[in-house]
Amino acid sequence: MAMEPYPQSAQAEVVKPPPTSVGVLGWIKDNLFNGYFNSLLTIVTLFFLYKIVPPFVRWAFIDSVWCPDCAEACKKAAGACWSIITSNIRFIIFGFYPYAEQWRPLIAMFLLFGLIYYSSKNKNWKKSLIYVWIVGLFVMGVLMKGGLFGLTSVESTKWGGLPLTLLLSVFGLTAAYPLGVILALGRRSKMPGIRWMSILYIELIRGVPLISLLFMSSIIFPLFLPEGVTINKILRAQVAIILFTAAYIAEVVRGGLQGIPKGQYEAAESLGLNYVLTMRLVILPQALKIVIPPTVSILISAFKDTSLVVIIALWDLMKTTQSVLSHPKWMGFSPEAYIFLAILYFLGCFSMSNYSRKLERELSQGEER
Amino acid sequence: MTQETKNQAAQAASDRPMIEIIELHKWFGELHVLQGINLTVKRQERIVICGPSGSGKSTLIRCINRLEEHQRGRIIVDGVELTNNVKNIEKIRAEVGMVFQHFNLFPHLTILDNLTLGPIWVRKVPRKKAEETAMYYLEKVHIADQAKKYPGQLSGGQQQRVAIARSLCMNPKIMLFDEPTSALDPEMIKEVLDVMVELAHEGMTMIVVTHEMGFAKSVAHRVLFMDYGRIIEENTPEAFFSNPKHERTKLFLSQILR
Ligand SMILES: Nc1ncnc2c1ncn2[C@@H]1O[C@H](COP(=O)(O)OP(=O)(O)O)[C@@H](O)[C@H]1O
Ligand SMILES: [Mg+2]
Repeated sequence: MAMEPYPQSAQAEVVKPPPTSVGVLGWIKDNLFNGYFNSLLTIVTLFFLYKIVPPFVRWAFIDSVWCPDCAEACKKAAGACWSIITSNIRFIIFGFYPYAEQWRPLIAMFLLFGLIYYSSKNKNWKKSLIYVWIVGLFVMGVLMKGGLFGLTSVESTKWGGLPLTLLLSVFGLTAAYPLGVILALGRRSKMPGIRWMSILYIELIRGVPLISLLFMSSIIFPLFLPEGVTINKILRAQVAIILFTAAYIAEVVRGGLQGIPKGQYEAAESLGLNYVLTMRLVILPQALKIVIPPTVSILISAFKDTSLVVIIALWDLMKTTQSVLSHPKWMGFSPEAYIFLAILYFLGCFSMSNYSRKLERELSQGEER
Repeated sequence: MTQETKNQAAQAASDRPMIEIIELHKWFGELHVLQGINLTVKRQERIVICGPSGSGKSTLIRCINRLEEHQRGRIIVDGVELTNNVKNIEKIRAEVGMVFQHFNLFPHLTILDNLTLGPIWVRKVPRKKAEETAMYYLEKVHIADQAKKYPGQLSGGQQQRVAIARSLCMNPKIMLFDEPTSALDPEMIKEVLDVMVELAHEGMTMIVVTHEMGFAKSVAHRVLFMDYGRIIEENTPEAFFSNPKHERTKLFLSQILR
């Protein structure tokens, strides 16, 4: 007979894990009911979920009204009136853009999404990407503005809704980012003039709310322009958003720069690389990667903050939605309208944070220190 | 120019010392770190500098490629004086290779890209040519199979050999080493020293800050001993180790040769 090194009972203990730590029941016990306090929390949470979720589902889906132009049906129905969205979708999305021409901003938006998607693949990060963007921007500009190739001209005062929100945020963020990086480098510059100007700029801008910058750009700034000269209102808001966001990005990037050891600068310099090349090839690629998460937080909040342009009477997505709500026919359906708005903003923010996580993963492949 | 004057010019260039340091002083704030260094390094000469920690060894060799700025005295590298002239500084840096205690490889680039960065951007060598050169030097430091990896995936000894190869890719006239083996585990020291010995046999002008006395004995033409910002003793390796003159040198040697 074979040797039996352990007593039977001891061996059984080793082989069999405690039965409750596996399977669904085990998981529930370990994660939701380990201890009195956690059990209590679980029960309270379940109670609230029970109170909230089924009524919401009933309101949003079961009792809701979806058909366009059903304002009357809405008044009688117990559920959500999605009719406010389906009836007014084109105004919410495109604002006062001429109804017959709304295919143009639509195509421009798809072009923009396509370009962003194309640029997000790092196999496409080549010099040609710049040309792709230049062509893309030109086409989008022509589509929006018209006046070329037989397209009727549409004044930018008529632009609104989602295209305006996208315009302000996509270009606001893409311009603010490099400006922020330059400011961060300026703040760490050895030249006192540059350093103090960067500090002054960053601290001044961070000391005022975006709203006041927007007011300044729309009300105070024009007072200083010579008579007869006007600068496009959208452009002014755009500049305010860029200047504001750049200051915050600068501070985040500065944090990243501080995280790069001195030896990296020395190694680059001792190869004979000048300041610009040292920064571009050695320091920034590492520093910017470290600060991807906080940078994305700033970009996300800047994206949402573009809705503040409402206060200087630009008809962005927020404003078009609100104006639908002020129509007597649709008064009282603000939850539906704002939920729809929230979903649009959420999609934007969520894809940004998703992309940033993917980017972080890809950039650190094989590079664990 | 006649043939004769040309020859004379060439002769003068090869007689000219590779590095000339005259009455060099450097302060860090109030701290007088280098207190009047005089040193002439000939072409193909190999010098080992040793001395206690904080004596100014690193500062001295870092002055040679202007990672530190000196306040008094002159440094002339291959006929070019180090001043505030940025173009001169970049020129000298490209001619002078530097190997650091902590390797300082670029962690976001592959080994191959670490090696080609300088040649491509500073020397404007076409990428293909730069990669060939890089592979040649990676072979030389016995590490060609790691070209596609990132620095973080290599051992310390391997990283330091890559760092040496990275400097060599710039085709330098002088190599400076600042304690290249003191951050390494004992079993990796030899692989790095072996590479340095090979380099020495090829006639590279080298200044090496190290306490590896075996290395000093086998390749150095001169050993310098520094203390408190001065070179207080200098000799051939044989004489330096067998017959140190200065009390402080004796004490130092007794400590490290324990
Ligand atoms: N960047 C610096 N700022 C201030 N003091 C420094 C700096 N670098 C080195 N020192 C000081 O200068 C002295 C010489 O340093 P170093 O040249 O690194 O010595 P060694 O390499 O011989 O150990 C030390 O006292 C050190 O503390
Ligand atoms: Mg040192």
